[in-house]
Amino acid sequence: MSDDQEEMIRDFLVESFENLDRMDQELMILEKEPNNMAVLNSVFRTIHTIKGTCGFFAFENLESLGHIGENLLDSLRAGKKKLTPEITNVLLKMSDAIRELLQLIESTGSSGDNQYEDLKFLLHHHNSTGSAEAAPAELTLEEQFAAIVAEREAMEQSQENLEEATEQRSEEVAVASTQPQEAVEPEVHESSEEHGADKGAAEAKTDRKSDANLEAQKAQESGGLQDSSIRVDVQLLDSLMNLVGELVLARNQLRQITSTSQDQTFQSTFQRLNIITTELQEGVMKTRMQPIASVWGKFPRVVRDVAQQCSKKVRLVMEGKETELDKTIIEAIKDPLVHIVRNAIDHGIELPANRKKAGKNEEGTLTLRAYHEGGYVMIEIQDDGGGLRIEKIKKKAVERGLISQEKANTMVDQEVFKLIFQPGFSTADQVTNLSGRGVGMDVVRINIEKIGGALEVDSEEGKGTKLKIRIPLTLAIVPALIVSCEEDAFAIPQVSLIELVRLDEERFDTDLENIKGATFYRLRGNLLPLVYLSEELRINMTRPQHRERKKGKARVINIVVVRADTQVFGLVVDDVHDTEEIVVKSLSKSIKGLGVYAGATIMGDGRVALILDVMNLAQRAQVINERVGAQEEENASVTSVSMTEEIPLLIVELGNNEPAAIPLDSVKRLEEFSASKVEFLNGRSVVQYRGGILDLIDLRTVHGYAGQGSSQDDDACQVIVLNDNNRQVGFMVRGIMDVVKHSIDTSRTASRHGSKGAAIIQDRIMDVLDLSMMAL
Amino acid sequence: MSQNSQGISPRQIATFRVGSMLFGIDVSIVQEVIRAQRMTRVPLAPPVVKGLINLRGQILTAIELREVLGMDPRPEDQPPMNVVIQTDSDNISILVDRIEDVLDLDTTRIEETPETVEKCYRDLLDSVYKLDKGLLLVLNPERVAKFSDEL
Repeated sequence: MSDDQEEMIRDFLVESFENLDRMDQELMILEKEPNNMAVLNSVFRTIHTIKGTCGFFAFENLESLGHIGENLLDSLRAGKKKLTPEITNVLLKMSDAIRELLQLIESTGSSGDNQYEDLKFLLHHHNSTGSAEAAPAELTLEEQFAAIVAEREAMEQSQENLEEATEQRSEEVAVASTQPQEAVEPEVHESSEEHGADKGAAEAKTDRKSDANLEAQKAQESGGLQDSSIRVDVQLLDSLMNLVGELVLARNQLRQITSTSQDQTFQSTFQRLNIITTELQEGVMKTRMQPIASVWGKFPRVVRDVAQQCSKKVRLVMEGKETELDKTIIEAIKDPLVHIVRNAIDHGIELPANRKKAGKNEEGTLTLRAYHEGGYVMIEIQDDGGGLRIEKIKKKAVERGLISQEKANTMVDQEVFKLIFQPGFSTADQVTNLSGRGVGMDVVRINIEKIGGALEVDSEEGKGTKLKIRIPLTLAIVPALIVSCEEDAFAIPQVSLIELVRLDEERFDTDLENIKGATFYRLRGNLLPLVYLSEELRINMTRPQHRERKKGKARVINIVVVRADTQVFGLVVDDVHDTEEIVVKSLSKSIKGLGVYAGATIMGDGRVALILDVMNLAQRAQVINERVGAQEEENASVTSVSMTEEIPLLIVELGNNEPAAIPLDSVKRLEEFSASKVEFLNGRSVVQYRGGILDLIDLRTVHGYAGQGSSQDDDACQVIVLNDNNRQVGFMVRGIMDVVKHSIDTSRTASRHGSKGAAIIQDRIMDVLDLSMMAL
Repeated sequence: MSQNSQGISPRQIATFRVGSMLFGIDVSIVQEVIRAQRMTRVPLAPPVVKGLINLRGQILTAIELREVLGMDPRPEDQPPMNVVIQTDSDNISILVDRIEDVLDLDTTRIEETPETVEKCYRDLLDSVYKLDKGLLLVLNPERVAKFSDEL
């Protein structure tokens, strides 16, 4: 096959796929408006074009299928037949069959042998029952083949012929047409009549010629529309994006130089260059943006088909079709979205009878919503079905061994919802044909996370389920904050950035907490775990000096508050520099494998800086999952899970090895005093504290344990200072053990005064103390 | 490349010195040779990865040949030279002590890699040539590039 032909076939395929997609949508419209002539004509033209063009390429079965379909459509168009749901179904089947053939051509170069006899029969059947045509000239398949073969042998299949046909109105071969093609080609000359195979040949030829004329006509009619857009190879766009990226870098470097230059001409020329570069960058990014409608376009059909197969009634609402996404993102979410929609209809929306029983409208509603928020695209899929059944999910998960029964008992709803994304999970009693193609919800999640997105589920039993997908808009050029540790510079993508805090030494005491070797910063009342970049990267093996509180050195620590998924923590760096727009360049395998770097970039001054992977840092420092507490997000813009039932607890040892848990948010500070500092005042133990007096309550004895409270004078006491605005009370404990995030079982009757409930933490039962109450 | 009388094309090898040993790489894969460049350290990377270099907008990984060979580090006052090579896996720069000449080598003068060459070197070598003044160890660029990946 010659290159030219290959290219023509490629073009044919691309156009045909697009046209088929559009035709599906049109068939949906026709179902609701059977008399919409404009749409019906458009459908007809689509089939006609495909059928005609594929005649050039020896795709016989495709052409013959198209021919029969075209006949039916023509009858519909001429008003000889009425569009019924059965006919719509058959036409949709034809569309699928054509798609199949096109895909076969795409992969193998030929359209194969499948003649789709059954389908053709159906199409023929729907067309011929009760039709009252005058001189029907329906050819048998054999005649059509013979015609096409003869035709092909007679004419050289080439583009020149097509053009020729377009230009010339008269033909050497006589043409006869008894087919009702009136709307198509009024200019065909009918010089003489011939019969049999010739008629077929002539017909095929007429089709082809009329095709060409049709194309020309169409081109003229919609001339405006065609001119305003151009097909561009995606690879070309990619290379343009790369070049623009390099231009941005070069501009950044130039900016550094201009900042020190006094030359006016230089400055103004640079300004111009700056503006042009920015606009060029925006423009090129836009070229790859497509409205999400291009993905949603096929959903009406999908919803219809799935609903039919499940015997359910579903209404589809789509909001925000014009929301734009980068092409690569669109490609990546296509399949996951289809799967989610299928799931929603298959498992979410109930059968009409059940819905009626539940007092709902028999027809379920599926809403697709897309919008921009922050630097993200949000896609919501909401159904008003039965919602996720918590107990059922829990049961299934325990059955599958995904979680233990105990865990199932203490799980929060949100955690249960997340279970559906575990591999191998399906509460469907049978994996149906639709939702079981090896594309489970876990694959959906993985595909979305691959492009940097995140998934969230919200559901209410009986009311419905909402799936929310958040995908970053960022591409290869991202704004980033440049920080440094010693002399090494690093870049932190702005999308992970929340805020910057600069802590002077004088506030170290008040705002920093040290719990079991981990440092926390009190950010507006919440404890933020701190991660020292120099330690994580082992740049400086000695602990940062401020932690040892060296006197005489004014120290400042810079905390970059970042977010990794739903976890917020503070990254401590030596210095914070500017925000720069950086071009992300990939790293070699050995460095990429380290995980902690997301890429590298060249900064304005020409130096190479490594881009930090915030998520990986969080995992390394074990800031994510388990270990540390008090992660509460200020903003609900990322509608994250608010773990109301699991709270951070400080585990302490009271006396005699007995552990107790204290809600961390009631702890103001942790102090240590030497026993000798404890004084007695009016029968109370007190200690001088921060210019005032701190009342002390000895938890080591309060709970009825043999008073080991009178320890030796040098013993240091661990004191937990209550977080209470009215007074200062400190609780003495034997030791501070750990900080965990756990839920409290408030159902257990408090075993002693001052207890909020109980918890089983690390296999030990302990009381959760209510310090405020105990302080009374 | 001209052919000698026996019809065998000699190879052109770019040579460089590391320590007392002479190494070489086929000149066709050498993109350029430049002096020491400003390098950005990569914390946590294995010692063979000396850093990253910005070469006219291209970010290269600099591999220290001394580390690859297990030799002592270069003295502080002796800046390295960069041999930038293009491999299938990556574009990297090999750090060496000194650049020497490009030699036309007759393939008839290939020697077996002597037993005395340590195992770790042998894996990296493509071939060994006997020169008038000693041995030339020709490196296999892919294996050098992959060396850091496999750590």
